Amino acid sequence: MRVLVIEDDRDAAAFMAKGLRESGHVVDLAHDGRDGLVMAAGNEYDVLVVDRMLPGLDGLSLVKTLRATGNATPVLFLSALGEVDDRVKGLRAGGDDYLAKPYAFTELLARLEALVRRQVAPSTEARETVLRYRDLSMDLLTRRVERSGRVIELQPREFKLLEVLMRHAEQVMTRTMLLEKVWDYRFDPQTNVIDVHISRLRQKIDRDFDTPLIHTVRGAGYTLRAAD
Amino acid sequence: MLLTRLLKSATFRLTLAYLGVFSLSAMALFAFVYEASITFMEQQTRETVEAEIQGLREQYALGGLAALERVIRQRAEAERNRASIYLLVDRWGGRVAGNIDGWPEGEVDENGLLRFVFERPRPDGTMEHRRALGKRFIVAGRWRLLVGRDVEDRIATQKLLLNAMTLGGGLMVVVGVLGGFALSRWTLARLEGINRATKFIMAGDLSRRIRLEGTEDEFDELARNLNAMLDRIEALVAAMREVTDNIAHDLRTPLTRLRSRIDVALLGRLDEAEARALLEETMREADQLIATFNALLAIARAESGALRSEWEPVDLSAIAAEVFDLYEPLAEERGITLTLDAGEEVTVYGHPQLLAQALANLVDNAVKYTEPGGRVTIRVSGRPRPMLEVADNGPGIPEAQRRRALERFVRLQPERSAPGNGLGLSLVDAVARLHEAELEMADNAPGLRVRLAFDPAAQPKAPAPAQKALH
Repeated sequence: MRVLVIEDDRDAAAFMAKGLRESGHVVDLAHDGRDGLVMAAGNEYDVLVVDRMLPGLDGLSLVKTLRATGNATPVLFLSALGEVDDRVKGLRAGGDDYLAKPYAFTELLARLEALVRRQVAPSTEARETVLRYRDLSMDLLTRRVERSGRVIELQPREFKLLEVLMRHAEQVMTRTMLLEKVWDYRFDPQTNVIDVHISRLRQKIDRDFDTPLIHTVRGAGYTLRAAD
Repeated sequence: MLLTRLLKSATFRLTLAYLGVFSLSAMALFAFVYEASITFMEQQTRETVEAEIQGLREQYALGGLAALERVIRQRAEAERNRASIYLLVDRWGGRVAGNIDGWPEGEVDENGLLRFVFERPRPDGTMEHRRALGKRFIVAGRWRLLVGRDVEDRIATQKLLLNAMTLGGGLMVVVGVLGGFALSRWTLARLEGINRATKFIMAGDLSRRIRLEGTEDEFDELARNLNAMLDRIEALVAAMREVTDNIAHDLRTPLTRLRSRIDVALLGRLDEAEARALLEETMREADQLIATFNALLAIARAESGALRSEWEPVDLSAIAAEVFDLYEPLAEERGITLTLDAGEEVTVYGHPQLLAQALANLVDNAVKYTEPGGRVTIRVSGRPRPMLEVADNGPGIPEAQRRRALERFVRLQPERSAPGNGLGLSLVDAVARLHEAELEMADNAPGLRVRLAFDPAAQPKAPAPAQKALH
């Protein structure tokens, strides 16, 4: 994917660019709000990473301006610690996701990929009533889950967890993202409760089958995919 | 110096303004009284003169000139040196009867009265000039008659009245200004005390307090409130200092570990598997640091109270059900029975995310510290007041240490291997304070019971219609 990073901290931006490039993405950098706006408006990017605090033009105004011109490129806001109410303001200004510093690079990468993927198939996602991945299928209306024709009984929460994983199949979902999407929690519990939920789900989805579908991505989170 | 300050003081200006208004109204009153009394006295004089004339006219009608002359002679005799004046002169201007000499000249005023001056002997024999009012008539045979009234005493009375009023008014202004000075000096002295104390405090002596005079007036109240504010600030500063120390300590240790790990990696004597393991360990450490930062951030947010815009009616039962759902698998894995005791909707007004996080922290702690086979219960109740409760039958916290458990970075059993950063209960405490809820820790015999009890007065009156607990 093609990413524009608008971040005035040059070291942080360079580091982020390096990481993204190593993950196979194309990265452009802008170090102040005005340059960023010009670049974002003049090129086709898959996703923008915008710092809230920027010289020249602050991040919120930048995204508002961009949206006013009809540009719908997904935006992930980055924000420094201590800025209260940021998330709400950022999303209201037209941002699609929000990440507070300090963040883990894997978290950033996973979120960017999720944003881009959502952008690719926004209409089908909303209308689909049956999700399928390989031999696994889940009917969102009858709430019936099958793998290779065998019915799998899931608790409501396990069902929701699997649904999120299937909607983001082959993408890394971090624990924080799962907490947001499945529980609507915007905080990390002290203990990794997600791991236990995943292991329960894994018991039901993968135990009786040869190919495991739920994988742990070390240092990052989980992903649903057939063996790599 | 003091004078300038006094003149500038609000009290003095207020006194002056009040004095101004008061003087004006007093002057208006004085002027009215003065005017009215002059008019009254003039009228009285005129009426007296008229009455005398009427009497003389009757005498003249009855007995002619002779009778008139006789009556005037009698009256003049009786009225020697008194207020009434009579003079009857013949056609050549010679005095026939009366109590003054010489026919007077003077001006006739708008009421047809002659204002004139006459001479009168003092007891010591000298003559004095006195003012008078009167009326002149031509009687038959070109004789002339003057009937008048001495007004010298009346004028003296008016003067006296005017003087008294001027003096009184002046005295009033002087007393008022002096009173204003005294009042402002007193106010300034009180304020000066408060200002002096605040200057010391601004200079850094946070322990200083403003002295109360014991008068229980508004100055004492102000001082008391300022002192209460200072107590709170001092406590906050102390807490902040402690937190900074703790952050320095708690973050320095993992940062140092992080740094030495990277140091080792840079030595380059590791094979790939070793390097990878080391990097993963380093990342875990960094994640732990981020988690600590996030926890601090959440506490800071709760304490700042700046999230009011995100407040809404929150169903505690729904929050409890979600947290139960989140922790149930973990509890089961650890062999702990987690139960949810919540039924009816209990609505409080608050921040859904922070309330959920606070409850999650309580359940997290309970599950973490309770031995396998133990029980943890999440309870929601609306009576007698809305409350959230987490009870376990683990080791509990001795009463003496409960307060301390709420402090940031404090871990009562630091040697225990259970993960945590010592911020869990601090957040619960901050959320409780944000929601003006009481945080109670009690002995569950055995175990710990932590309860968040909300103020029923601060809650929405009717239960809100069914809604999602989180947004």
